[in-house]
Amino acid sequence: MSTADHPRTGFLALELDGDGAHPAAWRAARHAPTELLSGVRIRSTVLAAESAGFHVATFSDGPVGPAGSDIAARLDAVQRAAFAGPITRSIILVPEVDTVFTEPFHVATQLASLDYVTAGRAGWLVAASGSEGEGAAVGRSAVAGAGRAAEAAAAVEVSRRLWDSWEDDAVIRDVDSGRYLDVDKLHYADFETDPDFPGEGYSVKGPAIIPRPLQGQLPVVAPAELLADGLAVGSPDSGVDAVLVTAPSLEELGEAVAQVRSRGAVSVIAELDVVLDARGQRAKERLAQLDAQTPWPSNRSRYVGDAAGLVDFLSELLATADGVRLHPAVLDVELDELSRLVLPELRRRGVLAPSTPETTFRALLGLGQATNRYATAGH
Amino acid sequence: MSENTDIGHGFVPSGQLQLGVFFQGVNSGTVWKAPESGSQTDFESFRQLAQTAERGLFAAFFLGEGLRLREHQGRPHALDVAGRPDAQTMLAALAAVTNKIGLVATQNTTYNDPAHLAHRLASLDLISGGRAAWNVVTTDNAWTGANFRRGGYLDHADRYVHAEAFVQTAKRIWDSWEAEAISASETAATWSAPDSIRPVQHTGAHYTVDYEPRLPRTAQHRPVLFQAGDSPEGRDFAARQADVIFSAHPGLDAALIFRRDIVARTVAAGRGANEVQIMPASEFILAATPQEAREKQAWVRSLQIGPEQAIAYLEQFWGRELSGYDPDGPLPDIDPVVEETSETRGSGFHGAKARQLADQWRAEALDKGLSIRQFVSGKTSRADATFSGSYTEIADLLARYAAVGAVDGFNISPWLIPTGLDDIVNHLVPELQARGVYPTDYVGTTLREHLGLPLPQRAESSATLSHA
Repeated sequence: MSTADHPRTGFLALELDGDGAHPAAWRAARHAPTELLSGVRIRSTVLAAESAGFHVATFSDGPVGPAGSDIAARLDAVQRAAFAGPITRSIILVPEVDTVFTEPFHVATQLASLDYVTAGRAGWLVAASGSEGEGAAVGRSAVAGAGRAAEAAAAVEVSRRLWDSWEDDAVIRDVDSGRYLDVDKLHYADFETDPDFPGEGYSVKGPAIIPRPLQGQLPVVAPAELLADGLAVGSPDSGVDAVLVTAPSLEELGEAVAQVRSRGAVSVIAELDVVLDARGQRAKERLAQLDAQTPWPSNRSRYVGDAAGLVDFLSELLATADGVRLHPAVLDVELDELSRLVLPELRRRGVLAPSTPETTFRALLGLGQATNRYATAGH
Repeated sequence: MSENTDIGHGFVPSGQLQLGVFFQGVNSGTVWKAPESGSQTDFESFRQLAQTAERGLFAAFFLGEGLRLREHQGRPHALDVAGRPDAQTMLAALAAVTNKIGLVATQNTTYNDPAHLAHRLASLDLISGGRAAWNVVTTDNAWTGANFRRGGYLDHADRYVHAEAFVQTAKRIWDSWEAEAISASETAATWSAPDSIRPVQHTGAHYTVDYEPRLPRTAQHRPVLFQAGDSPEGRDFAARQADVIFSAHPGLDAALIFRRDIVARTVAAGRGANEVQIMPASEFILAATPQEAREKQAWVRSLQIGPEQAIAYLEQFWGRELSGYDPDGPLPDIDPVVEETSETRGSGFHGAKARQLADQWRAEALDKGLSIRQFVSGKTSRADATFSGSYTEIADLLARYAAVGAVDGFNISPWLIPTGLDDIVNHLVPELQARGVYPTDYVGTTLREHLGLPLPQRAESSATLSHA
């Protein structure tokens, strides 16, 4: 919680999807369209974000627009984060992963694995896709409203249980007794959806097929809209550790952050689209040119202007929000400006948390060691 | 060795071998008790093994998958290595720290959706610059299904019918983008050419797909397909669909018989005699001299099958606790009682005729004068899959495989992680190169190029096909 007496520090996240958040961003990118879907591109963007001093990189996933108009392709988000893991040291890597049309057991395994390949720098941005098209891909129907939140809550609980299903010290390698595992430290997850679950109910047995993640529990980040009907704040089962907050305008963003914060003690991350003056062009002009190619619908508030103004705005926002996630209009262009003019000044003002090598996402969010729900006294 | 090494059907031996490495991550083949046994989950173990393999010009790095933890007598199995990362997540990370080696993910057709799995495999193929492969496996048991939304749903008899429809759907997804679908320049009218992406629809007994694929072709057009099933249905499935068989027939005579069988099936399926490659699973225990190799093998075996593992191995067939028996004594004289709950599950040992098997094993052990431990060690490490000897004698032996075209290479399961390939790369590979049967550099950048596989033909353009 912020107080006037102690200037608080916050963190900055950068969304690395595609060529940027603007649908026409590919026209202003510094590479040919054919070079987008590659490891080379992941490497250059995540290294640029890390050296700029961003604390977190996020990787969007989910349906893309109709074929033809703009980018109709996207690499798997968990794989992009995994690829980034071994080549970075401090940046937290958070893929978006759907909870409605995926198998929760696979999702839990993939995210636990991501925590291993990132040395404890992984998180999970929960999505609840419900569209007819996404459902049709796997032979299921659309899911709407409370159904999506309920699916998300169930899937998060499955992961949370599976991540605890191996205690931290379950691998004992005891040569004397010939035991690699202490099976008393492995537990069945025995998850079952509630009887009033709105979708098709299911169960997951466990234990996990991978030991407990390095962080014990990966931090779970969810958009505020999913909190209402399903995901809880601070619950050990389906609880989220950080909430993404959007507002229709810059003026309303601070208030929206405060509202979510009043619901419980979790990290609050404000969402912001960013268009900056660059390449000798005013931000407004750049935006108009991109919009003329393809309109940019977005439910996030948007900063359009110079770097100095953004520094002021973020300094103020970080006094109430724990973090801000920036959605750059054009990744190649905005990242340059952010790196040159915005982050150094925010650091100078002392409003950014330090960027720590070999940190964990839990440490960045100020979360303590994750208690294991199955661990019993006497072990 | 067979006198007649002719394979028939116009098959031409390449005279070359490729190597793959299989980081198993489960079961008794990996020694965890030695001082040099490393972590099974730390990324550094995977990085070190993959980079050593790449230094040795290996074609492929394999990861397995088991979707439920093995159990013994109703509890997780305690004695062997267990707990491993998701294959594709790990391989995507390894793609960042390797440049050439192929990355093979074992993935199940029963507990995945074709659209999602095909998308993830295409993604891995793009991220790695055309180095991905899928080792196709099937499962039918409800015991594994207990970890999944859909639960157990597939009859044993239907698993290949289901798997083949799945693979055909995946191929259509990978083929759905025209070759030059993405615009070459930022000034193009659109990012991708309109009408260059074909939606994929499938309606079948087990799943329905209506999907607009979200990834283009890759540097190798689409992921390479491996397949390991050994039943007649599995072999026919491989002959129709696979690029490489991860086979269970490593002995030279058996490998030749298997090659003839696969070539016949492949030709019958309308494909070329050389179109399906074969890489048997194998274990290498090598040293400078034959004597040292023999001593090393005895040491490895004693660490793979300790006294507890020997007893546990018999317990899964006897169906009862046998902890009162001396591992260094004869096989148990009591008869087995096999019940469903007493099997070691998840290791493929179901359904043995217990009583008959016990009698047979007792006779065999008595005849050879083997203790429980010696007997189990022999059963768990197939003699024909183990290549043990000096570097030069094993290189000579492998050169014979290459000459007659018995296999296209070997998929090696190291008994030690992460240093288990060091002596192979440092000593065996140069011997193979000196004999002219092993590459001296990577010939290209994609897995298809390493293996000498042709680019696949684009699947039929019909948008709607129905299968079981």
